[in-house]
Amino acid sequence: MSSKNTFMLDGVAIEFSEGDTIMDAALRSGSYIPHLCHNPEFRPHGSCRVCVVNINGRQVSSCTQPASAGLEVDNSSEDLVQERRNLLQMLFVEGNHVCPGCEKSGACQLQAVAYYTGMLSPQYTHFFPQRSVDASHPDTAIDFNRCILCELCVRASRDVDHKDVFSISGRGIGSHLVVNSPSGKLGDSAFAATDKAAHVCPVGAILPKHRGYEQPIGSRLYDRSPISIVGDVAAHESDDQGDTHGR
Amino acid sequence: MTHEEIIREIIAPSGTSRAAERSQLLQYLCQIQHQCSYIPGDAITQLATRLQMPASEIQGLIGFYAFLHEQPRGDYDILLSDSISDHLLGSRLLLQQLCNRLGVAPGVPRADGRVTVDTTSCTGICDQGPAMLLNGRVISRLTDRRIDHICALIEASTAVTQWPAEFFQVDDNIRRRDLLLSEETAAATMDGKALRVLLETDGNAILDVIEKSGLRGRGGAGFRTGMKWRFCRQAESDSRYVVCNADEGEPGTFKDRVLLNSYADSVFEGMTLCAGVVGASRGYLYLRGEYRYLLEPLQAVLRQRREKGLLGQCILGKDGFDFDIEIHLGAGAYICGEESSLIESLEGKRGIPRNRPPFPVTHGYLNQPTVVNNVETFMAAAKIAVLGADWFRQAGTPESTGTKLLSICGDCERPGIYEYPFGVTIKQVLEDCGAVNTQAIQVAGAAGTTLPVADNGRRIAFEDVSTGGSFMVFNNDRDLLDMVQNFSHFFVHESCGFCTPCRVGGSLLKNLVDKLVNGHATHYDVGEMKQIGSLMKRASHCGLGSTAPNPVLDLLNHFPQLVESRLAHSGYEPAFDLDAALQEARDITGRDDPGAHIRTET
Ligand SMILES: Cc1cc2nc3c(=O)[nH]c(=O)nc-3n(C[C@H](O)[C@H](O)[C@H](O)COP(=O)(O)O)c2cc1C
Ligand code: SF4
Ligand code: SF4
Repeated sequence: MSSKNTFMLDGVAIEFSEGDTIMDAALRSGSYIPHLCHNPEFRPHGSCRVCVVNINGRQVSSCTQPASAGLEVDNSSEDLVQERRNLLQMLFVEGNHVCPGCEKSGACQLQAVAYYTGMLSPQYTHFFPQRSVDASHPDTAIDFNRCILCELCVRASRDVDHKDVFSISGRGIGSHLVVNSPSGKLGDSAFAATDKAAHVCPVGAILPKHRGYEQPIGSRLYDRSPISIVGDVAAHESDDQGDTHGR
Repeated sequence: MTHEEIIREIIAPSGTSRAAERSQLLQYLCQIQHQCSYIPGDAITQLATRLQMPASEIQGLIGFYAFLHEQPRGDYDILLSDSISDHLLGSRLLLQQLCNRLGVAPGVPRADGRVTVDTTSCTGICDQGPAMLLNGRVISRLTDRRIDHICALIEASTAVTQWPAEFFQVDDNIRRRDLLLSEETAAATMDGKALRVLLETDGNAILDVIEKSGLRGRGGAGFRTGMKWRFCRQAESDSRYVVCNADEGEPGTFKDRVLLNSYADSVFEGMTLCAGVVGASRGYLYLRGEYRYLLEPLQAVLRQRREKGLLGQCILGKDGFDFDIEIHLGAGAYICGEESSLIESLEGKRGIPRNRPPFPVTHGYLNQPTVVNNVETFMAAAKIAVLGADWFRQAGTPESTGTKLLSICGDCERPGIYEYPFGVTIKQVLEDCGAVNTQAIQVAGAAGTTLPVADNGRRIAFEDVSTGGSFMVFNNDRDLLDMVQNFSHFFVHESCGFCTPCRVGGSLLKNLVDKLVNGHATHYDVGEMKQIGSLMKRASHCGLGSTAPNPVLDLLNHFPQLVESRLAHSGYEPAFDLDAALQEARDITGRDDPGAHIRTET
């Protein structure tokens, strides 16, 4: 009785199976709910809060909320979109995101979701945190200035690569990504450019070395189509179309 | 013993499974910190090897808990309680005095390694503050004389065991007793009486009584206790757990400290009763690190109960009624009072709140069905089992049955513990504790509600003004902005950092409150505060982020004139503070004269 297993997303009926979250069902049906820390290959996280939706006047993150029959889910009211813009603005001012100088520009999900929601300026006061760049690894660099703490690299390295290269330390606004190696440097860790963890970062924090701007800005993934159509950058890692690094 | 020997002894293999040892990780770290004054890199490497886990994850744990450090602290490690209630009693001057006398800057160990001075969130000694933690022990009632004495003892390297005993005295200060604390019914839960009732009847009968009593959780959220226990009992599993939440981190709350000091046996009785009802064989008391001084006495109570056959195998001779309780220490993290963070912390992890559903009653500790209740809830349950539902319902309102312990501090003559029937008016409470010239009351702590005194007709009850116990009084001489500023700094310090609205929004809000306090905020900033606050309320992952903006929003709603009087009268004030930007240069050059400052007209 699949017709029983449906909920309404902005007035459109979405089918779901047992165990689906709202995000799972929406993505499968081709409906887009903006998100950053979610990647269907990994267990839901629920930290960025960009995928919040309204259900019965309550807000929940759609990536963690189990789908249930008959729900009326609001994914597009102006208040909700404004809220998402504000969350994105918070992420932009928390780190140091200088898009024009970033190799990921045009293929960055933070940037693409910001375009999609109509975020025009960062609005809040910048924190300008002092963060470093780790270039110790021969093939991959980490620019901590751009890390949005989505923990996708943590999850990928732990659950897929079984290497536990990344952890989160600190707390609150002092939370930060750390590398599991004696020196704390990536070059000293078990990380390899072929790891899953090298291909999941939604922003320009984990980047391959030696391959700058091979694909011109203006013709990159989200330059060609909005994120609501083409989806996560990680899903395009292996196809030519989306490959931002022009392999 | 050398550090190496200490570490080897603490982390000696226990012979249990790796999973079980893994859940001891935080406890190992607390012990190492306590005995070595930091967690040496060696200890991290050894633990990582022993538990087969990444060293970075252990570092992540140390970075999360405020009481754990990778760098040595001083031999005398001082943490001054930084709650607003300590501020009201003059703690900020004492901090200055302490730093000046000892020649240290806050947070930085003195060059000779003798001493560190720092601040910490509310230590729960609010009715006899200002308070500090010295190497994990509470020193109450600080005065400038006491501070001088402390400095002298430190300079003379006097062992802490030789310090005057009265420094460490912490009183109960029970000022009003009702159902729970009444002396007539004190014997009700002694010698396992509640457990005997359970054995004479059965788990269902106990559940019926608790449900009929209307008992709701005393930790703040007010969930129905009978229902919680029933859900756990019904959940399918071979192992279940009972957890007592003694994290008591909400600023201004100190009633659980008093219960654990003087009524621990009743609390353990309630936990054991719950275990018998739901079918748990293991229980944990999660004790906040600030109350470490209660650890030994609590363990003594547990030993007595084991000797009396009230804990352990075959409790009261009943075959299959096996239950024991272990005490786990927290390490300076308010978020670990949130039940799912508490469970993570019990498992030896960073205290990040879990995604729900599933809830702890079905998937709690080690993913097994778990009851988490507040200290007071367990004690009330034990008494209800013996004295009955009607006994409990004689006090309170239909929605909020029974009584509530309030911990009262701030501007009143008689701070301390007051047990009231639910439904008591704020006015009555203020009269009883000797509050005069009152401006406002902060009920339920930093996460709670700010009430102007005009609202003193309102009642303490789940259906009106709900509280886990905190009740702070502010008189007319106080600047409420100090309170709001203290709370917004508290939340920035205590946010776990998992979700965007609380992690970033909380910091933005704090900066705006600072701007308001400094007289630079404009109407535009007030709008920003409202917008950020409402976003945090709606979009945060857990209750910390969704309550953190309350003090700011209450200030803007209830005290608009006060806010207006502090605004800069211009359309726009830059967030960039020229003078503050020069601080780094001043630090480097060691200058702080007027010429090293830029003054802007306001
Ligand atoms: C940030 C936060 C801190 C909390 N701190 C405590 C606490 O210190 N003690 C407590 O009993 N409950 C605390 N709670 C509530 C617990 O999550 C939980 O509801 C409670 O322990 C359940 O017990 P009860 O039903 O007996 O009240 C806190 C909740 C949040 C969101
Ligand atoms: S480095 Fe990238 S993938 Fe890893 S936590 Fe930061 S933003 Fe997420
Ligand atoms: S609201 Fe978010 S950041 Fe704040 S304590 Fe809860 S989970 Fe952590």
